[in-house]
Amino acid sequence: MSALRESLGFLASRLRQVGIFVALILIVLLFQVLTDGILLQPQNVTNLVVQNSYILILAIGMVMVIIAGHIDLSVGSIAGFIGAVSGVMIVHWGWAWWIAIPACLLVGALVGAWQGYWIAYVGIPAFIVTLAGMLIFRGLTLITLKNQQITPFPDELRALGGGFLPDISGGTSVLEWLTVILGVGGTAAILFQAIKERRIRRKFNLENEPMAWFAVKTAFIALLMLIITFLLASYRGTPIVLIVLAALVIIYSALMNNSIFGRHTYAIGGNLHAAELSGIKTKAVTFRLFVNMGVLAALAGLVFTARLNSAQPAGGTGFELDSIAAAFIGGAAVQGGIGTVAGAMIGGLIMGVLNNGMSILGLGTDYQQLIKGLVLLLAVGFDIFNKNRSGRGGGSTLGTRFKLKTTPPAAAESTETAADRPVAVAASSRQASTVRNS
Amino acid sequence: MNTPILQMRGITKTFPGVKALQNVTLDVKRGEVHAICGENGAGKSTLMKVLSGVYPHSSFDGDILFENEPCTFNSISDSEKRGIVIIHQELALSPYLSIAENIFLGNELTKNGWVDWRKTNLEAAKLLARVGLSENPVTPVQHISVGKQQLVEIAKALSKEVKLLILDEPTAALNDEDSGHLLDLILHLKGQGVTSIIISHKLNEIRKVADAVTIIRDGQTIETLRLDEGQITQERIIRGMVGRDLDSLYPDRDPKIGEEVLRIEDWSVRHPQDHSRMVVTNASLNVRKGEVVGLAGLMGAGRTELAMSVFGRTYGTAVSGKVYKHGREINTSTVSDAIKHGIAYATEDRKHYGLNLIEDIKRNISMAALRKLAKRGWVDKNQETIVANSYRQSMNIKAPSVAAITGKLSGGNQQKVVLSKWMFSDPDVLILDEPTRGIDVGAKFEIYTIITKLAAEGKAVIVISSELPELLGICDRIYTLSAGHITGEVPIADASQETLMHLMTKEKE
Repeated sequence: MSALRESLGFLASRLRQVGIFVALILIVLLFQVLTDGILLQPQNVTNLVVQNSYILILAIGMVMVIIAGHIDLSVGSIAGFIGAVSGVMIVHWGWAWWIAIPACLLVGALVGAWQGYWIAYVGIPAFIVTLAGMLIFRGLTLITLKNQQITPFPDELRALGGGFLPDISGGTSVLEWLTVILGVGGTAAILFQAIKERRIRRKFNLENEPMAWFAVKTAFIALLMLIITFLLASYRGTPIVLIVLAALVIIYSALMNNSIFGRHTYAIGGNLHAAELSGIKTKAVTFRLFVNMGVLAALAGLVFTARLNSAQPAGGTGFELDSIAAAFIGGAAVQGGIGTVAGAMIGGLIMGVLNNGMSILGLGTDYQQLIKGLVLLLAVGFDIFNKNRSGRGGGSTLGTRFKLKTTPPAAAESTETAADRPVAVAASSRQASTVRNS
Repeated sequence: MNTPILQMRGITKTFPGVKALQNVTLDVKRGEVHAICGENGAGKSTLMKVLSGVYPHSSFDGDILFENEPCTFNSISDSEKRGIVIIHQELALSPYLSIAENIFLGNELTKNGWVDWRKTNLEAAKLLARVGLSENPVTPVQHISVGKQQLVEIAKALSKEVKLLILDEPTAALNDEDSGHLLDLILHLKGQGVTSIIISHKLNEIRKVADAVTIIRDGQTIETLRLDEGQITQERIIRGMVGRDLDSLYPDRDPKIGEEVLRIEDWSVRHPQDHSRMVVTNASLNVRKGEVVGLAGLMGAGRTELAMSVFGRTYGTAVSGKVYKHGREINTSTVSDAIKHGIAYATEDRKHYGLNLIEDIKRNISMAALRKLAKRGWVDKNQETIVANSYRQSMNIKAPSVAAITGKLSGGNQQKVVLSKWMFSDPDVLILDEPTRGIDVGAKFEIYTIITKLAAEGKAVIVISSELPELLGICDRIYTLSAGHITGEVPIADASQETLMHLMTKEKE
């Protein structure tokens, strides 16, 4: 009984992470029923992955930018611009794909450096710089394409968008074996890693996750992986872009959790002044984040172009909104300092399933946009509601919630420096401007 | 002159864990200028917030009688309706609005629901004439000097038919000339029947304008001195402000002072926005191995500004001067340079500048020296946990684990996390700015013990503090700062609260 209560208490403390996951599952089940099972048919699952891959790639960079307390509105235009550049390089100039791809990523890095310079070193808010970038790079896309699409692309590049790993069983078996091997291997690796990390946390006495919950969660994730593996394997196998995406998720998760760069990103978003006074080179970190975003936007542009087999003037329009929504639905905080790559992936999948499911149902883009907007609002609203609740020491009875509204926050806040609080605040606001300027 | 306008009786205000005001009594007579004196943190501002309704009536104990009627204010607008107006040290003007708009902000002059600009500007001009400010009412406030902005604030108060004007450190941000004007204006308004309460610790100003002085110390009224009884003297005020028993306990020390570690020479800093204002002028000081050096000064003396400008130029502009470490000049113009040279600065405002409150203890401790835990850019998280755990034990940080979020810790424990962070960066010189601010007595002793231990380990420590007993209890040598100048260097054997307070209030020659 007490174990159950402990588990429930833990669940309540992780309401956000659990909630987002449950939401994804419910949405999947809902559309599975509404579409008479079309949603989870092997072909559609493969489609879902490929269709959303470029949004997910963008969401990785976007969540990092958001964690640092910035935003990037220009990624859709950058993706379109890189698509155009790749068209010129490959189709017009006849460059080989293995030269063109690195060259495009380099152009993306330069674009990111351009924006990063204005944001980090000149100090223009990212919202403005990237809003300008959204226009600038859309304009450059149109100029590069001379307002006409470029097509067709060679097969090697198209494989990046719609290609699959080779079928080692020669197309004879029901299940595609390479996919099964990768899927089962990946699942085993995840299980192994989860158990290893739990063991380390226990060793240092940091574990607060009840065993039952850990077992359920891990088993569930493993099961999910195996189901997806099975679905992919019974269609055409593993999309190449899924391999790219998986690699990115692993690398960037590790980067954000374990590297100095990632940790500095969280520190900047959590408290810029404290980070600066701890000797973190905040401008350099911000600059690099935008360079990285440029590279990922370029990659997304390449995938998108490869999938369509054409570089189009309007390519990438609206991607920024989907990727920003993915990051926020995935639990990133608007003020920065909080968010994960994995969360952004789940957020992106929620958006993807919504898109895909509603399209199958034949809903027009009018209703699709309406519903997606509401989902975003609800997700972030839930977040803020949840934070207010836990911030006041829990207890969601009507009484405390009512009290919460009537008590002026000032009285509760000033637990310290009772007498000279206004002076201290005044002094800090004065210093705030200098820290920023220096 | 002899009828009371304001009586505050038995005011007690408690914040969780801190008793900010204890049974405070204040009597102000109609038509006088009443000064309130006290050290930083004595409770002056809290008392004025109680009076003006910032803290609602139900949040404190005691009675307020204004013009012989009891007051139950729940907000500033309640007290303003009665004619009590407070002007905060940090001015509350909107920089892009005109003088006239600011004067009538929230109290707009209207005709049929629309703002009557003609009347607004005319009335504003009249009020400006009353405060002796010759500016066009349509001038945006950002285009006039801070001294004039102060006058606009007073004009705004006059527009509300003020009977009792409260000025919180009105001259703190002003130069001498503007201060003089302001004090003259206060006397002028007194002639027109406006009663004023002025919070200040500039003793010469108090002597110039005050009819009465109430001294507050540690949240209690010490005494009220009256000019007509010949009681307002500098000696008397200083004795009242500092005359506290050294009842707090300090750890025993056995200082082993070695060679000089850090020397700052001719350090000057200008205000970041107002470049004509010197915040620190030609300050020189040094600190030796194993020594704890105190930096004493009243609010606005430039202590934090001096420390932050040395630590990576994080405050001020046109910083000049030299920093020597072990006799060799070093460059501390960025924070990472300063850290590299073994300097650490633990801020007075740990919530805004010291901690990432949404992160856990271990990540805060490792923040300033993450590289020590990393190989080729990758952080060894196990090592990080081990390090954090060792600090949790040695510093006695009370938390369920090092994965606890720092925002949920008490002030004392947060401060220990900040100290751990800087100790992990392995500095030779630690600058601790108000290390015990907002911390309860028990935790203070722990912080003193940590400081003493650091010195015993051979670190050079500079402590900035507003609490003189604290400096007397833990330092080997104390510098005093007044208006950006170092006015004294006192070995601990010669130091007393009175001598320090004299130096801290000393005017520049």
